[in-house]
Amino acid sequence: MSILVNKNTRVITQGITGKSGEFHTKLSHEHAPCFVGGVTPGKGGTRHIDLPVFDTVAEAKEKTGCNASMIFVPPPFAADAILEAIAAEIELIVCITEGIPVLDMVPVKKALERSRKTRLIGPNCPGIITPGECKIGIMPGHIHKRGKIGIVSKSGTLTYESVGQTTRAGLGQSTCIGIGGDPIIGTTFIDLLAMFEEDPETDGIIMIGEIGGDAEIKAAQFIKEHIRKPVAAFIAGQTAPEGKRMGHAGAIISGGHGTALEKMEALMAAGVAVARSPADIASTLIEHMKKRGRK
Amino acid sequence: MNIHEYQAKKLFAENGVAVPEGYLARTPIEAEFAMRRLGGPVAVVKAQVHAGGRGKAGGVKLVKSPEECAKVTEQMIGMRLVTPQTGAEGKLVRMVYVEAGSEIAKEYYLAMVLDRETAGVAIMFSTEGGMDIEEVAEKHPDKIVKISVDPTIGLQGYHLRSLAYGLKIPAEEGKELMAMVKKLYAMFIKYDYSLLEINPLIVNKQGKMLALDGKMNFDDNALYRHKDIEAMRDFAEEDPREIEASKFGLSYIGLEGNIGCLVNGAGLAMATMDIIKLSGGEPANFLDVGGGASEEMVRNAFRILFSDPKVKAVFVNIFGGIMRCDVIAQGIVTAAKELGLRQPLIVRLEGTNVEKGKQILETSGLKIIPADDMADGARKAVEAARAGK
Repeated sequence: MSILVNKNTRVITQGITGKSGEFHTKLSHEHAPCFVGGVTPGKGGTRHIDLPVFDTVAEAKEKTGCNASMIFVPPPFAADAILEAIAAEIELIVCITEGIPVLDMVPVKKALERSRKTRLIGPNCPGIITPGECKIGIMPGHIHKRGKIGIVSKSGTLTYESVGQTTRAGLGQSTCIGIGGDPIIGTTFIDLLAMFEEDPETDGIIMIGEIGGDAEIKAAQFIKEHIRKPVAAFIAGQTAPEGKRMGHAGAIISGGHGTALEKMEALMAAGVAVARSPADIASTLIEHMKKRGRK
Repeated sequence: MNIHEYQAKKLFAENGVAVPEGYLARTPIEAEFAMRRLGGPVAVVKAQVHAGGRGKAGGVKLVKSPEECAKVTEQMIGMRLVTPQTGAEGKLVRMVYVEAGSEIAKEYYLAMVLDRETAGVAIMFSTEGGMDIEEVAEKHPDKIVKISVDPTIGLQGYHLRSLAYGLKIPAEEGKELMAMVKKLYAMFIKYDYSLLEINPLIVNKQGKMLALDGKMNFDDNALYRHKDIEAMRDFAEEDPREIEASKFGLSYIGLEGNIGCLVNGAGLAMATMDIIKLSGGEPANFLDVGGGASEEMVRNAFRILFSDPKVKAVFVNIFGGIMRCDVIAQGIVTAAKELGLRQPLIVRLEGTNVEKGKQILETSGLKIIPADDMADGARKAVEAARAGK
């Protein structure tokens, strides 16, 4: 088992003929052959990297039976692309695009709330991977190893860091998801924590947060009430100055709120093992699992 | 992106939001004429810098004659204004805004912010203006009314009424407030604000409601569709290193410490600052070269770090995913040979093509200190910075 994606997932790429779309579709498909086509308006009927291209998502779904979409559409048109995939009732949308205006994401969020079929991951995220079974995103596949740790993170490279650490420790990963660093995102920590709790293959969970907003504090509350599996966390930005946007659109401390410290305290109070150092994320989880009697 | 007060007030005026009359002045003579043009008995001279807390720092002064206005302006222009938001070196005042003095009867507070949780626009109104709103929220929560507007539905009459009637302000003021919020909400959507705050929003002795101040934060992601706003960017107010970095697509933020950092990915870049601090050092910057940086970008990133006199050691922390370690290593070697290695350079490489990358560094003949992992690298960087002092 795993969560959200596995070897039966059938994926299309929206923006497959663009430079990044093509490159990452190729790498993802090489990791695990889950891709069945792509969409680029105006290029329907052609083939690209040996996959059929369609003009619309609805047509792609009808012809390929796809149930997931990876989006590489440029920022001014990305919200439209997500809305198109929601309208076509694609079950899982993974939006990699960075730099979408926040107000463009408002109708997307409202459409997701109304939809009963679709879940969005991202935008501005590395994607999702169940190692060896399905990779939808820009993460380097070869650092992963199939195993028993679920990873959910706001940051791309810190996800890789945790993957590297858990692979070296011999634990491996069940599924890893980057939820994205934007202020408005489709899937939050809470949704994924709940799925990992239910997943029989996942024995422990790593959660990587950062400054800005209060998603980590809400997650802490949820963990306290609903998560029985051991959780280790790291919060990036303990030394970040107030009022500066640290790379990610959502990573900003404003009015003294959204600091790393308040998030770390909330997580610790919820029984989460919090790593002070990004070098100790996996070892913190292992220690915690030992204490809780799981190995 | 931030803009100056005079620019914010111009935007308000253009969109029908009442503000006191005022003029920008770059010289004492311009300031004197500005006050003559205003005609009133008092004016306020306000330093135009991108920082809050100007009043307490001496950047806002009341003047009672055009001559005094010129004199105060002469003192203000060229001074470095130090406020809690500027850091110790302060900000150079290059221009002032001369504004008509207002006879304040009441001070209110109004703010709009995009709420991440509801994906709506939160509007906050308080009768306790001129104060720190966080403090009001704590001590007098009954004096704040907060509503949320779903932008896909839009601002409705009941939203406005709940603001106007929520705190029992006089009916006439309520009417003015509703008209003003309507215009401000339209501005929020039109300009892609992430924050719009008026503190204080005043009622003057004549009963008119005016925006006495205006703080506007724009969504940087949306600037591509607001060329007029982008044109208001004042490069002189920004850290020259940040401007230089942004030219090359690098995300850079200057900090106070002495260990320069070069990292791929925003999360890892923040985490690198954290681990330096944990190891007893202080980071000199946040620098994210991005997921797909070219050799050229790496070279420019190095140029910015090496040319900073504060930097006593440089720590490169790369987890190569799509970005290959050998490309990074080549960029490091090229830059170091071109610019000369003036500070100790500590490099930690991990991920795609790591062996090739390490080999390039080892055979380069440069004195590069390799690190086994992130913790080892941070420790070595802190030691090197201490030795270099």
